[in-house]
Amino acid sequence: MTPAEKPPDGLREFAENLKAAPRHIYETAFRGGTPATDRTRSTFIFGNVFLHLHSVRVHRWTLRWSTTMGLGIMTTSAFLITLITGVMLMFYYKPFPEAAYDSMKDIHFVVPTGRFIRNIHRWAANVMVVAVILHMTRAFYTASYRKPREYNWLIGLGLLVVTLGLSFTGYLLPWDQLAYWAITIGSNIAQSPREVTDAIGITQWFDPGGIQKLLLLGSDVVGPEALIRFYLLHVMLLPLALAALMGVHFWRIRKDGGLARPADADARLGPPPAGTYPIFTEAPQRTYQLAAIVKGRTPAVNNGPENTVPSMPHLFYAELGVFMLTVLICLALALVSDAPLKELANPNVPENPAKAPWYFLGLQELVSFSAFMGGIGVPAIVLLGLGLIPYLDREKEGTGQWFGGPGGWPLVRRSIFVGLGSTLLVETLVIRFGWLREWFPHIPQLIITAINPATILTTVYALYSLWLIRRHHSTRAGAMGLFTCFLCGFLVLTIIGTYFRGPNWVFYWSPGDWPKH
Amino acid sequence: MSTTTTPPPSRLDPEAVPRRDVLGLAAMASAAGACLLALVGMLRMPKAAVLSSPSKKFKAVLPENLAAGEAFVPPGRSVALFRDAAGVHAISTVCTHLGCIIKPNAEGFECPCHGSKFLGDGSVTRGPAPRALPWLKVSHTGGNWIVDEGAPVPPGTKVQA
Repeated sequence: MTPAEKPPDGLREFAENLKAAPRHIYETAFRGGTPATDRTRSTFIFGNVFLHLHSVRVHRWTLRWSTTMGLGIMTTSAFLITLITGVMLMFYYKPFPEAAYDSMKDIHFVVPTGRFIRNIHRWAANVMVVAVILHMTRAFYTASYRKPREYNWLIGLGLLVVTLGLSFTGYLLPWDQLAYWAITIGSNIAQSPREVTDAIGITQWFDPGGIQKLLLLGSDVVGPEALIRFYLLHVMLLPLALAALMGVHFWRIRKDGGLARPADADARLGPPPAGTYPIFTEAPQRTYQLAAIVKGRTPAVNNGPENTVPSMPHLFYAELGVFMLTVLICLALALVSDAPLKELANPNVPENPAKAPWYFLGLQELVSFSAFMGGIGVPAIVLLGLGLIPYLDREKEGTGQWFGGPGGWPLVRRSIFVGLGSTLLVETLVIRFGWLREWFPHIPQLIITAINPATILTTVYALYSLWLIRRHHSTRAGAMGLFTCFLCGFLVLTIIGTYFRGPNWVFYWSPGDWPKH
Repeated sequence: MSTTTTPPPSRLDPEAVPRRDVLGLAAMASAAGACLLALVGMLRMPKAAVLSSPSKKFKAVLPENLAAGEAFVPPGRSVALFRDAAGVHAISTVCTHLGCIIKPNAEGFECPCHGSKFLGDGSVTRGPAPRALPWLKVSHTGGNWIVDEGAPVPPGTKVQA
């Protein structure tokens, strides 16, 4: 018999397949192969369900450090870290008042690495809040919210609100003194529309404040129902909302044509540095088309993706770098500073001073004049104003450039002086001389609700902004003035609330001057 | 008689909505309406019919040597009790601003959270508190003082033993 006629050796083939199985598994998982050529770099992205949210090629402007400073990726990275550490903490945390506090003690002192994980969770949450605020600041000053990115700016605002909500609900879970009094103050801010409805005497019939508080607490006292509600919000509803909004946010970046860049970005970038491979430098005859999906014109024919580089490796390595930096920051902070855990919650003795997390201390400073205006009224006005910015500023000049638009950096610099000056002046006056209630003890509450540092500062900023619009004939100029003023106000109020307020919310130059108990 | 000829529709013109689609949309709308109505009915769900709050009425034992104008806070309660010649009265020690527990002092009350100050009769003298502290119902039965934290009374109401 010749070898060709020999029946195949089933066992040998089986053994060979078995030997090759690991390689085959790898090859079927990563079908594109090593991302070494233009083609495999592309399949690396669109062949991977996790990566294909990215475009295959990315404009060189996007990769400049000063375009984004990596702040969006830093926010996302911090969220991923809180997600992972949060799930780990859930193995031990028990959401019932006294048990919650005991389980926090267990995590702190009994669970191996428990304290470290909690520290990372807490620091990543702080990093996320800082990064999301800076990211919004970046998007604003580079005028990146303009057409066609208006809607994504709104989604970003939603993400800011959900991020703050996650931080606040997380603050309450340890059920220590800090947590208990933060819930108490927070739920009473939710109830503060009563300040207005009481003053005009309609609370009996129309009580939105009472309903909000009841929905938050599920009872009229802070107890097990409130804790389980905040727990559910913190571990389920808000993370889901955040994930959904993040998906839309990222997807819209692609659909809106990548990151905003100046119209003359290509000219500014100049020729690519030698060794950057590969770059589309000439327009191909035809790039891609939408077939049989919609009636309409084929996009981007005869218009090549010039000046773009493959996302793999250029964009991914940059993102990976930011992610590693974020992890490093969180780990380093977690090693040097422990997350606080105060005494068990005591409903009869408030913390003195009872302070919210630092990013709410600016609001707490405003709340110390009028609960409704500081806690609900002015924040709502600010959010509304921020949301309207892209729909009022329909200009073109300066898109994608830092401090782009009429006025530019000199205008922002002047606005910093106006913002810091007016806020410091108003705060100095109220700290030195008090406010209406001290001067006229019988003044109607409605007047204080209408006229207090929160509303005065908002009015001053708004008038300054209107003056800028008139002077520069530009809504963008007004928006830059307003945004800068609000940032300065936030900064000043937060610093005063954090460092200069002591027991009974009295102003002290340093904690060393606090009265002894 | 001339007939006007309409030009043939362009490939890029949108198609008219056929009748079947209209019926389909109507069916979807009514289904959505039914779901919405059911949802409105369930909106009451987050508010339980019975709230699990502790009893607001409690029995208080006043110290024998309580001086006029001196506040007595029963342990575990946020109420200050006073006794003078006109009788006994109770003032809530929950701040009307954001619900912190205020402390009685020589002049009246002081809030640790945002610095509100109140006189001995509960009226606000400084700080963000929007309203005076409510006076609470006190009754005397069987030698005991009963305070009801859920029942405000007009300021100045004092009860004799």
